[in-house]
Amino acid sequence: MSEQIEMAKAAIEKNCRLNDIDVNLGQLQLSVDPANLIQVIDFVKNDPSCEFKQITDIAGVDFPENEKRFEVIYHFLSFGFNLRLRVKTQISEAESLPSITSIFPAANWFEREAFDMYGITFTDHPDLRRILTDYGFEGYPLRKDFPLTGNVEIRYDEIDKKIVHEPVKLQQDFRNFDIQSPWEGTKYLDKESKKSE
Amino acid sequence: MAINTNIEETSPELERLKKLYADKGFVVTSINNLINWARTGSLHWMTFGLACCAVEMMHVGTPRYDVERFGAAPRASPRHADVLIVAGTLTNKMAAALRKAYDQMPEPRYVISMGSCANGGGYYHYSYSVVRGCDRIIPVDVYVPGCPPTAEGLLYGLLQLQKKIRREGNIKR
Repeated sequence: MSEQIEMAKAAIEKNCRLNDIDVNLGQLQLSVDPANLIQVIDFVKNDPSCEFKQITDIAGVDFPENEKRFEVIYHFLSFGFNLRLRVKTQISEAESLPSITSIFPAANWFEREAFDMYGITFTDHPDLRRILTDYGFEGYPLRKDFPLTGNVEIRYDEIDKKIVHEPVKLQQDFRNFDIQSPWEGTKYLDKESKKSE
Repeated sequence: MAINTNIEETSPELERLKKLYADKGFVVTSINNLINWARTGSLHWMTFGLACCAVEMMHVGTPRYDVERFGAAPRASPRHADVLIVAGTLTNKMAAALRKAYDQMPEPRYVISMGSCANGGGYYHYSYSVVRGCDRIIPVDVYVPGCPPTAEGLLYGLLQLQKKIRREGNIKR
């Protein structure tokens, strides 16, 4: 298996313009510029020593502190060599990535999901619209600056006989639970303070 | 199921009729009791499985719990159904569809909210995409707690609903 990784790595290094190439946890990991993305992905799909014929997923990550805010990670699987590959690329909020639907038609919905959740746009995508969130949803929920509870909530209006959207008004305040112990995160009145009252 | 014995069973007129017809092969009861007996004995449920609770809802229909012995059978269409079991997380996107299904059900109709998510948002209470309780969309008769509730829990909820229908005891809902 490691032999196949080395072969694929050598072929990719030789033929692609990369920022970085690494083998992490027995899986190949590339870092590329958005401009070279199409060429790299086309190569790893069709090269006989790579054969990454299946796209597993496209993931987005939001780093608000970075100048290039979004990281997009493409996951591929090679049946022929039983290898997995990650291709990472970074873009800022204003930039957009080239769509890879011309190479991997399955990337269509993955890119729509990345657009839905992060607002990452893909040029030349055949049908770039929201896929998971509610009809008429505003905002990009997986961005770090999106409030957890969102901005609107819904209820059925008995008078208008329809579902209405209203600004969020929580009946119960948000509680921060400690990840180690759910009991210690919230301040409750303990026996001592009850006695003193 | 036993017929409700609370309502007007003790009126002297009824007692007289009962005595008169008992040995002639008739059963005398009030029309209210008869209709409640029919209602509670045929609570056909509309399957509205939205998440893992749907699996427990399926268990209720299997021979082990056998909800059909109470006359309740799953129906695929809301137009056939008497009770809507909301089993799982109701998202904003699904809410309109739930309301539509509910609106299609004929009266008298009942709703069982199954599980924490349907009751009040549950684990996803603070989410941007989840309705904080399906009672924001449709009126609910019985809440079944649990995450997910056991099949027995849902069965108990159904029995509670029957009890509620019997307690109301009137024809018009």
